[in-house]
Amino acid sequence: MYRMTTHTRAGAVTAISAPIFIVAALALPAVASRGVVQDLFFILTMLTLAQIWNLLAGYGGLVSVGQQAFVGIGAYAMFAGVILLGWNPVLAIPLGGLAALVLAVPTAFFAFRLQGAYFAIGTWVIAEVTRLLVAQWKALGGGTGTSLPREATSSILGTDAIRTLFGLREAAARDVLAYWLALALVVAVTGGIYWLLRSRLGLALAAVRDNVDAAQSVGVDTGRLRWAVFLIAAAATGLTGALVFLQTARISPGAAFAVTDWTANVIFIVVIGGIGTIEGPILGVLVFFALRSALADYGSWYLMTLGLIAVVVMLFAPKGLWGLIASRNGLHLFPARRRLTGPKIEGGI
Amino acid sequence: MILRLENVSKSFGALKVADSVTVSVPRGEALGIIGPNGAGKSTLFNLITGNLFANEGRIEFLGRDVTRAPAMERVRMGVGRSFQIPQPFEGLTVFENLLTAAAFGRGGREAEMVDDCARILEETELLRKANFVAGSLSLLDRKRLELARALATGPELLLLDEIAGGLTEGECKALVATIRAIHARGTTIIWIEHVLHALTSVVERLLVLDFGRVIGIGAPDEIMASKAVREIYLGLEV
Repeated sequence: MYRMTTHTRAGAVTAISAPIFIVAALALPAVASRGVVQDLFFILTMLTLAQIWNLLAGYGGLVSVGQQAFVGIGAYAMFAGVILLGWNPVLAIPLGGLAALVLAVPTAFFAFRLQGAYFAIGTWVIAEVTRLLVAQWKALGGGTGTSLPREATSSILGTDAIRTLFGLREAAARDVLAYWLALALVVAVTGGIYWLLRSRLGLALAAVRDNVDAAQSVGVDTGRLRWAVFLIAAAATGLTGALVFLQTARISPGAAFAVTDWTANVIFIVVIGGIGTIEGPILGVLVFFALRSALADYGSWYLMTLGLIAVVVMLFAPKGLWGLIASRNGLHLFPARRRLTGPKIEGGI
Repeated sequence: MILRLENVSKSFGALKVADSVTVSVPRGEALGIIGPNGAGKSTLFNLITGNLFANEGRIEFLGRDVTRAPAMERVRMGVGRSFQIPQPFEGLTVFENLLTAAAFGRGGREAEMVDDCARILEETELLRKANFVAGSLSLLDRKRLELARALATGPELLLLDEIAGGLTEGECKALVATIRAIHARGTTIIWIEHVLHALTSVVERLLVLDFGRVIGIGAPDEIMASKAVREIYLGLEV
């Protein structure tokens, strides 16, 4: 008599249009300029980081301000694979995920003993300590950093095929490869998070976010769940870091562990887009990119404007811009809510 | 016996919140717990559910020693609870609150739990609001949701913590009728409550706690007539 459904009309539209978008995005380098490909690479990598942070904070209640630790260690691990082990840069990217996963174990061990704001500050402190330690790594340039060797950047796996396919120079072919890898990563991360939210673990995550004691009282293994989410998020962040610095081919502790670039901007994207939704970071990254482009010439006014916008959105639209849209139109492109249908049930969500 | 506590003690520093508590609860019984504020009633619930661990003593559930078992393991064995201050999963809907409890408390697949969740929602008069976000509910509905979510875990032992507190006479009456029906189906209930007329209309025995110690246990009439209880709990001079 009673049925459970997650189906929405907008969700059906997403299911049909998402594969079309992905195919179009794959084919884009055939017609787009190098500048557009680089901009899209930036958007995709920031979107990946935003979706991961949203999983941690918006769904898991783990407000980390230390995600730059995993970006940085992932990037440095990829550089170590190339410079110290002589690996091809593309094959060294998984090392970034692995290194971030390994770093996440002691980070979680200490940070999970802290709650709320203390957890946030604790993760930031651990990220700073990691940055200082990596800056001592002389083989990778110490505090000033290093670049990928010329022989490594000229022989990146797949770039020859891309050069032949699109008739591009070596650097442009590397950008296309990085763009495709970023596209694959964002699809995997967003798809993975969506799958997670629709599984029973999604319910458990929301329960832990809302109330840890109550979650335990209904049988959720809150400790294991928080560990799993934190480790998965760290590994994906490490992969993204490795990819970002594969594209730039240059690394330094200051750039790889930058709290503004890899955490503050990411939090801005999630907050203005809408925390706790998959759609929020997608909208947020577009707004962020538009503001970044428009305010690029205004120096520190750029960051002050971002901060001001974030404060205004938090005050007047705490669920972000997507929250405003969803509350007015009931639009859910990635529906994960379970609705009960049957007799005697009134509206609700 | 479904539950047995033997000399269970718990301290926070110098403060003893449970002091050598010994009590046995037969299967199918409804036991009420009363005592002044700060007597250690909710702490006793936390010790039974595993949200807190005892410093001394032994807790048995269904004949098994669960003294060191974590909360989630005890839920899966059949210990369900409500909280004194309702703690719904505010971002989830009423139905999703129950679905989470059913899927994790019993360890089954979501699709298999739908009918049972709907039945519990109907019994607790929440069916109409199944798809409402829990954060938007009134106090009465939050109390109902506490009860419904605890039931969704499929408990053999149901612990209710001041579930009638703050309700109007009519609301309280409706809730008592629901609790009676649950008890009539054979669920063992331990109920902490200050609304004594509601409590005594359901329970078969009353246990009185003061400063973490059991100062009396027996039939409700007997307990309410006891001099010690009237002095300590009701504040009456005898």
